Amino acid sequence: MNTFDDIDTLQQQSVAIAGLGGLGSNIAVMLTRSGVGHLLLIDYDTVEGSNLNRQHYMPRHIGRPKTEALAEQLREINPAVQLTIKYEKITAENAADLFRGWPLICEAMDEPAAKAMLINTLLPDAEKIIVAGSGMAGYGSANSIKTTRKMKRLYLCGDETSDMQNERMLAPRVQLCAAHQANMILRILLGEMDP
Amino acid sequence: MKINGAEVTLPDDTTLLDYLEQNQYKLERIAVEYNGEILSRDQYETVVLQSADVIEIVSFVGGG
Repeated sequence: MNTFDDIDTLQQQSVAIAGLGGLGSNIAVMLTRSGVGHLLLIDYDTVEGSNLNRQHYMPRHIGRPKTEALAEQLREINPAVQLTIKYEKITAENAADLFRGWPLICEAMDEPAAKAMLINTLLPDAEKIIVAGSGMAGYGSANSIKTTRKMKRLYLCGDETSDMQNERMLAPRVQLCAAHQANMILRILLGEMDP
Repeated sequence: MKINGAEVTLPDDTTLLDYLEQNQYKLERIAVEYNGEILSRDQYETVVLQSADVIEIVSFVGGG
């Protein structure tokens, strides 16, 4: 069991978030509310009207980079949060540089090939732990979304089957998956390595 | 060998790439941990599966 003192240590901890869509924006909000001190936020997209049904943005953010729009909200939640922002597309070529010095990484991109690329590029680095999301589309049972430890240093959250190609992305299951990822990250930061 | 937690028996000289193709994995969507190590894509065809191997294949679906 964690004590209240353990939770306070989160202020000294840092987490990188790859992708600031439905998963990443909600994960960043939850980690900020939990008191995590320093976040790395990486995304190359701007906010669109169609994002507002599930991503943590407001109509006033439409047209702005997600990095900026999210940073504004996170600072409203906790003015003391430290943010490092990179408005950049993550590729196999730049991933190692972008995440250098960030051992705990939250994978929150949307394309399956991009998810696999991030794991394949970063996980060979023995210092890194990745918490990824896969399978949160549609309105299937909330209970099918789970956290599993797939590999030594890879945790996977989601139902592993529902795909945005076949089902709509809707707020409840996206946030369920985001909450699974955020909670696993808190557990790792607090020394609980089991899913 | 153990693949995704299940005991599997395969013919001699089966490569990882053979197994992935026979099981319809989409190579650009997967990550493979082979005896505790992440394999790069070009290793899939050079790794010949052995009976003591422990393999975990994660296949991603879209949405984030």
